[in-house]
Amino acid sequence: MSRPPLAAACAALLRRDLVLAWRRRGDIAMPVLYALIVATLFPFALGPEEALLQRIAGGVVLVTVLLAMLLALDAMFRGDIEDGSLEQLVLAPQPLALMLAMKILAHWITTALPLIVIAPLLAGMLHLPGAAMPVLLLALLLATPLLSLLGAILVALTAGTRRSGMLLALMLLPLCVPVVIFAAGAVSAAQQGLPWLAPVAWLGAALALALVLAPLACAAALRIALDA
Amino acid sequence: MTASPARPALLEARALAFYRQDEPVFGPLDFQLAEGEIALVEGDNGSGKTTLLRILAGLLHVEEGELRWRGEAWQRDAQLGDVLFLGHHLGLKGDLSARENLAVAAGLYGRRDEPGPADALRRIGLAGYEDEPVRRLSAGQKKRAALVRLLLLPATLWLLDEPYANLDRTGIELVNGLLAQHAARGGAALVTSHGAVSFLGGEPRRIRMHA
Repeated sequence: MSRPPLAAACAALLRRDLVLAWRRRGDIAMPVLYALIVATLFPFALGPEEALLQRIAGGVVLVTVLLAMLLALDAMFRGDIEDGSLEQLVLAPQPLALMLAMKILAHWITTALPLIVIAPLLAGMLHLPGAAMPVLLLALLLATPLLSLLGAILVALTAGTRRSGMLLALMLLPLCVPVVIFAAGAVSAAQQGLPWLAPVAWLGAALALALVLAPLACAAALRIALDA
Repeated sequence: MTASPARPALLEARALAFYRQDEPVFGPLDFQLAEGEIALVEGDNGSGKTTLLRILAGLLHVEEGELRWRGEAWQRDAQLGDVLFLGHHLGLKGDLSARENLAVAAGLYGRRDEPGPADALRRIGLAGYEDEPVRRLSAGQKKRAALVRLLLLPATLWLLDEPYANLDRTGIELVNGLLAQHAARGGAALVTSHGAVSFLGGEPRRIRMHA
């Protein structure tokens, strides 16, 4: 029996998740509003002194975006597990890892991309110099998919447990440390006029590794979660 | 049980048993299912009907005994796409319409040449409700929105867990009609049911589950 074309299956799944996210666009706005509010709190807490804010701007934006992504993370596979869609996906004659990669991509597009879009606004509020802005965006473009992929593994691993939201945060945040170090390192290097390519290259390398391995790990973890 | 038929049975279980934390769920169970054969899996609540179907679908691993698919040792990849599993969770997205849900299923599993999606939705009794979000449909209509996959997706073995639940009399007849048509073109199906339903009219093959 001929299997349905892979591209059509990928497109069908990606389209489904994007349409679902669009029909619940209120959920997309939530992490964005959260990031906006958190970033606004810093000048209130630390005072509006421009030199101080300028120094912490890059790090604050990165951590804020990371925390905002965490909010939406545990919903990545939850709906599919609850309504049986995941069973149908696992049993489909398609490579499960690739299908899950599509789901992770859809999740990144609906949660991380809006955050990246408002990142210049957040950075501007904190007086990040314009010269460092492209580096911040580049670092976010590499760091957020990395977080989505790492998060997806943990979501898949905790899929069987109830109330996994807090557990997920506790497991993911330590893994975020190197991502934050490299991303914030690149931004602060750019702010000081130093070469920033090396930390960005590290992020890129980690992303390449995660792109290949994370969907495979997700597939294995979700199979185990269903086999229980 | 003949050991060497001209064509091996589609599915064969030998001394299949399943344990959950060392508690036996069912088994040992022996049965064969040939192409064109429909069997009713019977048993009380908790007798392991759903577990059996999940094993045969490949969602649970075989703990004990042997499972053969088309005469060869069962392998997950060999039967993917040739098996259609319909469980308690229908695998429908509430925010999508029946038509959109069906399009996703067809994208993943492929589809038969006949009928087209619109025709399939009409035949399953969802005419006029194709574009309604599934969460607004009644329980019976949701079931039909899931059953419409049977019409469209090209699987040989159907594993249907309680397909009659929530269906009205015409719905039950519809499922029976689908099963008869499927058997006539060489498909096979395992159907679980805990209640007395007018299954295919005649006297079907029965697989009795014991806890």
